[in-house]
Amino acid sequence: MIPQQFEYSAPKSLAEALALIADGGKPLSGGMSLIPMMKLRLAAPDRVVDLARIAELSYIREQAGSIHIGATTTHHEVESSAVIRAKCPLLAETASFIGDVQVRNLGTIGGSVAHADPSADYPAALQALEAKIVIKGAASERTVSADDFFVDTFTTALEPGEIVTEVIVPVEAASTGTSYQKLLQPASGFAIVGVAARIQKSGGKITLARVGVTGLSNRAFRAAATEQALTSGTAVQAAADVVAQAIDANSDLYASAEFRAHLAAVYAARAIDAAIRRTS
Amino acid sequence: MATPSITKLEPFIGKRIRRKEDPRLITGTATYVDDLQLPGMHFAVVVRSPHGAARIKSVDIAAAAAMKGVAMVLTGRDVADLACVPCGASLPGLRVPEHRLLAQDRVYYVGHPVAVVVATDRYIAKDAAEAVEVDYEVLQAVADPEKALAPGAPAVHPQWPDNTAFTFHQEGGDIEKAFAEADVVVKQRITSQRLIPSPLETRGCVAQWHAAEKSLTLHTSTQVPHLVRSLLAQMLGLDENRVRVVAPEVGGGFGCKLNLYAEEALTSHVAMKLGKPIKWIESRRENFLTTIHGRGHVDYYEVAAKKDGTILGIKVKIIQDLGSYHQLLGPAIPTLSVLMIPGLYRAKSMCADVVGVFTNCVPTDAYRGAGRPEATHGIERMVDILAAELKMDPAELRLKNFVRNEEFPFPTATGLIYDTGDYAAPLRKAMETVNYTELRKQQADARKHGKLMGIGMSTYGEICAFGPSPATPAGGWESATVKIEPSGKVTVMTGVSPHGQGEETTFSQITADHLGVPFEDVLVQHGDTAIVQYGIGTFGSRATAVGGPALYYAIQELIIKIKKFGAMLLESDDVSYANGQCTCAKTGKSVSIKEIAGAAYRAMKLPANTEPGLVATYFWEPTNFTFPFGAHIMVAEVDPGTGAIDIKRYVAIDDCGNLINPLVVDGQVHGGVAQGLGQALWEQAVYDDNAQLVSGEFMDYTMPRAHMMPWIESGHTITPTPVNPLGVKGVGEAGTIGASPAAVSAVVDALSPLGVRHIDMPMTPEKIWRLILSKTTGSNA
Repeated sequence: MIPQQFEYSAPKSLAEALALIADGGKPLSGGMSLIPMMKLRLAAPDRVVDLARIAELSYIREQAGSIHIGATTTHHEVESSAVIRAKCPLLAETASFIGDVQVRNLGTIGGSVAHADPSADYPAALQALEAKIVIKGAASERTVSADDFFVDTFTTALEPGEIVTEVIVPVEAASTGTSYQKLLQPASGFAIVGVAARIQKSGGKITLARVGVTGLSNRAFRAAATEQALTSGTAVQAAADVVAQAIDANSDLYASAEFRAHLAAVYAARAIDAAIRRTS
Repeated sequence: MATPSITKLEPFIGKRIRRKEDPRLITGTATYVDDLQLPGMHFAVVVRSPHGAARIKSVDIAAAAAMKGVAMVLTGRDVADLACVPCGASLPGLRVPEHRLLAQDRVYYVGHPVAVVVATDRYIAKDAAEAVEVDYEVLQAVADPEKALAPGAPAVHPQWPDNTAFTFHQEGGDIEKAFAEADVVVKQRITSQRLIPSPLETRGCVAQWHAAEKSLTLHTSTQVPHLVRSLLAQMLGLDENRVRVVAPEVGGGFGCKLNLYAEEALTSHVAMKLGKPIKWIESRRENFLTTIHGRGHVDYYEVAAKKDGTILGIKVKIIQDLGSYHQLLGPAIPTLSVLMIPGLYRAKSMCADVVGVFTNCVPTDAYRGAGRPEATHGIERMVDILAAELKMDPAELRLKNFVRNEEFPFPTATGLIYDTGDYAAPLRKAMETVNYTELRKQQADARKHGKLMGIGMSTYGEICAFGPSPATPAGGWESATVKIEPSGKVTVMTGVSPHGQGEETTFSQITADHLGVPFEDVLVQHGDTAIVQYGIGTFGSRATAVGGPALYYAIQELIIKIKKFGAMLLESDDVSYANGQCTCAKTGKSVSIKEIAGAAYRAMKLPANTEPGLVATYFWEPTNFTFPFGAHIMVAEVDPGTGAIDIKRYVAIDDCGNLINPLVVDGQVHGGVAQGLGQALWEQAVYDDNAQLVSGEFMDYTMPRAHMMPWIESGHTITPTPVNPLGVKGVGEAGTIGASPAAVSAVVDALSPLGVRHIDMPMTPEKIWRLILSKTTGSNA
């Protein structure tokens, strides 16, 4: 539990941070995953660049039909933000399910997204929300969709020298119903399976369905088959039953692939049902 | 003659008094081993085997030794002449592997110490430890005790290819007859999985060598400082009175610090060699890998009974996973299970066969309950299974078979004498608490609506207050010294070594009442062999039940002397002592304990044949164990979609005799239940086929946490033991022992309409889901 020696920098500006990161520094944004890995010596960066003191990265702003969330915004800030609770409740609800109070007070949205743990909670919601991720490097800036961002286990669209600076989610139409449902791994608090659902209805029919799934496989994904089934009038359970279709499910000490696939269907149905109940 | 009015001091025994210990714990001002900083202190890090079984081809320390700040690197060769880690268990024919401080030519488990690196700070030491290059030839390992017993299994110790450390047989009554006369025999394989004790404070020690005095001081996180002193002095060839062992604040033990570990001796050895104070602190990862584990049973039970439910006899075969070495008591633990096999029941015939098995895992040893939870879990499961077989209510079956109140003292089939009991009382109280009859109706209703609701119970007995010395490896008595200081303040030195149990408070209560002094005036000291007379320590629910009576008798001795001084001061032969006052019966005059203390130390005048001072020491030897008992009832609902278990109610009724401090007792019960539910629902140490510990982090090993706990409704019945004058029986392990069978009972009951009779722990969602699937579709999913 003793890390290797490393340099620690805590720049106050983004430009300064990006310069240090371009130089090989490892960004630290909350440290809920990086610090334990360093303590176990599974990670041994020469320089850690702590983003916590960069004021320009911590904000929640509503702007032209979207909500812009700075990378160092903590889970607790997302969970308790009046703007997010009112206009993007799925994200607030998802944040409230992350880890425990200590983790939510320290962990950040940018850190979680950039780490891309396949069992993290946010990615399910960000997939369902069709969120956008803003990426910056010392000499680059681009925006990618959540679906393009989450590439594989612990692998994202980030190139060396780049960091996540912002997450953009849509302002939800008031009539949309959303829900995040999760079975947590009791030791770690991560999702064994987590499902985020967004539903819009019109005239008794589902007109929009977005279903994001985390924990099941190597990356969070949108369950296209389930979404299509829902908009074409299939019953909820039957639609949920195809959520793990063609997915190569993870297997570990706590849940086998088969059980995970089963749970995905159970939790998809629960999330979709809850979301439908919340539509208006 | 008018008696003077003496203010009756309020009794402290029986009150829910907040613990004296808590302010320093809550405010973070307590001193643990890792808080110690000594001038010139160096830090040790142990290099450990990454393999379950391997031959060491070479160890290259050159790079590590050359690093700046590294003071010493030792390997197996350097400690080959030192004594082995001791095993205190003695069983006929026990095979005891040589347990050197560092691995010699082979490693036997992941985490096995191979070298120790000492440097000026812990970061350098850790870097240098990583620079030690060990060349291993990896060998086949075996982690599963049943696989280890199979022919052709890899031999953990090459000299013993059957992997058998010992076998042990005990029987009582007439087991053949019992089974011949039975109308029904039920059989079940029941496991009690390996658990990782996980105290909040890991192990750690600081060793300091005083070369001029040839004396050693070891601060170590232990439950048994005097025992560590005796063993360490022997191992290092030091005079016992020149070794001082201090257990400072100890952050939990649960049995895993009832030991002498290689690192304690190694740290001391390095301190002596280097002439510097040495600190070693175990990391959490090391704690998972190298501190003893608990449980590790595979048991095969058979119970013989009559049609009416009368239990006639119990047979069990116990396979105990011992790991690769014996720690202090490891092999003795399953023999405690054997003693406990009759449970609370009258059955007079039993037969037990134990086989202790070597595996390529860290040793198992005492963990909260130590052998008794395994036995109680097994026997309670079997009673439920018998009830299901006979279609009887499980409570009714228990009530039918309990030892009757008039049968105490009751000799068991295993040779124990149960001191006292009223076994039906806690069960009846628990049933009343949940309104059992009504609850069964609700359950029938719930089942009609397709709900999987279960009502589970356990009625458990314990062997506590270890114990009469002939029945223990290192003496089972306990000691206390009571000093009244010249000012009248009272210092108690106890031989037990509290590390969370709260005896600074409860022993102050006992002293306040029996000596008649203010609670605040009592200071309880413990855990330092330079301050406290020899003591045995804290384990086996013994501290209050053996250490408490020792204190009681020390107080009685002191009162004799107090009365002599009182008589002298009052110039009377007829004085009584109560409430801190010596009173003359004739004149009604009295003197306070403060005045008496002043006179006893000033010693201007002394009573006949009496020396100055007010100090008494008492070593108390109990005549028997105590046998607490109780009943737990759990109500649970199972989610058929996910296999998740929702605990609806948890009732724990314990009979630990008189309660010194009900608040402390409740705390012990709550913590115990948490650990019992931990085993039932979540915890398991999982080794894979290569003997790698898969559940080697808190990310994978599910420690029960507050938010996962049900509301525990705890209550008591009180049947004081005649074994000691306080009537206390011990409560440290009760919750753990009662909880796991109650939890499994509840979940099995929920699934009983599907034909389920038993589930092994931990009852994870996937296990439950698969079980439901197999029973409803016939598939094994």
